[in-house]
Amino acid sequence: MTTTVVKDEKVLEVKDLRTYFYTQEGELKAVDGLTYYVNKGESVGVVGESACGKSVSALSILRLIPYPPGIIVGGEIIFQGQDLLKATEAEMRHIRGNRIAMVFQEPTTSLNPVLTVKRQITEALELHRNMNKKESAQETIRLLRLVGIPDAEKRTNDYPFQFSGGMQQRIMIAMALSCNPALLICDEPTTSLDVTVQAQLLEIIDDLRSQFGTSVITITHNLGIVARYVDRVNVMYAGKMIETAPTEELYSNPCHPYTIGLLASVPRLDISKKKSLRVIKGLPPNLAHLPSGCAFHPRCDWAMPKCSKEYPPLEKVGENHYRACWAELSKLKKQ
Amino acid sequence: MEDNTHLIEVENLYMYFPVTAGVFQRRVGDVKAVDGVSFYIKKGETLGLVGESGCGKTTTGRCILQLYDGIKGDVHFEGVNLSKLKKGQMRKMRRNMQLIFQDPYASLDPRMTAGDIIGEPIKVHNLASGKEYREQVEELFRMVELEPYMTGRYPHEFSGGQRQRIGIARALAVRPKFIVCDEPVSALDVSIQAQIIILLEKLREEMGLTYLFIAHDLSVVRNISDRVAVMYLGKIVEITYSDELYANPLHPYTVALLSAVPIPDPKVDRTRKRIILKGDVPSPINPPKGCRFNPRCQLAIDICREKEPELKLVGEEHWVSCHLVKSYISPNPVPTNQ
Repeated sequence: MTTTVVKDEKVLEVKDLRTYFYTQEGELKAVDGLTYYVNKGESVGVVGESACGKSVSALSILRLIPYPPGIIVGGEIIFQGQDLLKATEAEMRHIRGNRIAMVFQEPTTSLNPVLTVKRQITEALELHRNMNKKESAQETIRLLRLVGIPDAEKRTNDYPFQFSGGMQQRIMIAMALSCNPALLICDEPTTSLDVTVQAQLLEIIDDLRSQFGTSVITITHNLGIVARYVDRVNVMYAGKMIETAPTEELYSNPCHPYTIGLLASVPRLDISKKKSLRVIKGLPPNLAHLPSGCAFHPRCDWAMPKCSKEYPPLEKVGENHYRACWAELSKLKKQ
Repeated sequence: MEDNTHLIEVENLYMYFPVTAGVFQRRVGDVKAVDGVSFYIKKGETLGLVGESGCGKTTTGRCILQLYDGIKGDVHFEGVNLSKLKKGQMRKMRRNMQLIFQDPYASLDPRMTAGDIIGEPIKVHNLASGKEYREQVEELFRMVELEPYMTGRYPHEFSGGQRQRIGIARALAVRPKFIVCDEPVSALDVSIQAQIIILLEKLREEMGLTYLFIAHDLSVVRNISDRVAVMYLGKIVEITYSDELYANPLHPYTVALLSAVPIPDPKVDRTRKRIILKGDVPSPINPPKGCRFNPRCQLAIDICREKEPELKLVGEEHWVSCHLVKSYISPNPVPTNQ
């Protein structure tokens, strides 16, 4: 699966990214000191529950955080050697949709309902790839075929509502790929879709990755999707990365109580009813009133007095495997 | 068909929604949402109902509760034929059967307090008043593991999981025997999903409830159901015990559906055989001739395009509607790893 990954050629490096929102409730630290990288051709998964900052971190890369209330208060986002946080708005416009593309969660609301599919795809082609009308129309048909839309020639003049949800998401993918991006960010690409369609789309994205060497960041709450299509996983909780590891390592040897809990609380198709689920007690925290120290400590079975005072640093627990937790590894493994 | 162990019996259920066109709203076709469905639900069991969106699973659930006009076919509840009841009688019967909705954000009235939302059915059915009413509401709060001091709060003050608990408490308020759970966890976070599934299980045991559990997530359904029915384009294509369905799926659609579900374990998942179905679910206005699955089926033969297969018994409580089912060997998409 990982044959196309070029080690040590970092397409994207995020360093100590902090994105805060200033609301009536106070300062919300949606992303708070996030550091990670993506190699060329690599597929990285970002996993977490709602409001853990996974989408905000992706939007920060493209500098699409609405201001006010949101603002990137610090950090560096180095994309192909350039710090995006220092780029001008004109430079960003050349990067968005061109070198970094994004597929959003809800195709129905992300496509423009009053423009034909052709119009929406050719826009990027004419803007970024300097194509004329004829070339871009042909390219649109090629792209739609690539993502598996039947009768592509006939359907380019259709409007989004004439397509099903799965087909609309294919159009979004076609649009994202139109400029051969170096990095593709998929924000919950299949969440609102049926499993059979999910499988189709994930296969398409994965094929395209191995074909064109595109790096992919997949943001999801579905640990199943991550297991199959992702080389490395970052687990986020309350705006921070709490564990990162190569996919197989993370699943066989989770080292943070939250990751352990998350894996145990997912119903699995291959395990019968008799084996009951385990639950992470409590609720995900409110970002406006984050618990002190490690934000997970009120829900953690291994919490110690230290956990509510100091945030644990990322520590190395294995090859490319880091976690942020005070609890001793041997204690976590006992259960 | 009368059987005392069956709480619900559904026979030849049809629900068509008219498609109209033109100034005179002429009927030009029907959306065949439920097209000839028969099954039963035993007392105290959970029947899972799965299928892709638009396959008619929600409509089936609502037909059982007689929430539409123009339902064809019979629904028996404890031997009473609901389709023959008058409106007033049906309203009384509804006390026994309740519905839990998918979206806890849209299904609670934002202008009512949590206490009023949960207490409303008690008032409607005149089950209690005064002090007794307040005690019952508080008891319901405790049953779904919410704190009774929250009765005065409004829905927006609760999280998604807590709202779903309010929806469950409201359904329980009239002490029903049967609950249709329509995608009760699909809008929730992973860690909260598990909490709600466990709560539903606990309540079923404590109160002797029977569930029809509608969901598109097959892993969730496997976890909670005793038996599972798979729907495709308004018809049930396979129905059997949960463990049997996952170990030995016979209908090609079930096989494909199961193989498409990712398993959260890379070692298991990357070695599985996958069947990727082509295309989308066809329109329920003009379902394909013959077996409805034939345009997407890799195994379709001539007879599949001509004749519609019937649901036939192929094993112990295992019904399948497929022409090929005898000669068909399942490639076992779910590894046994228990």
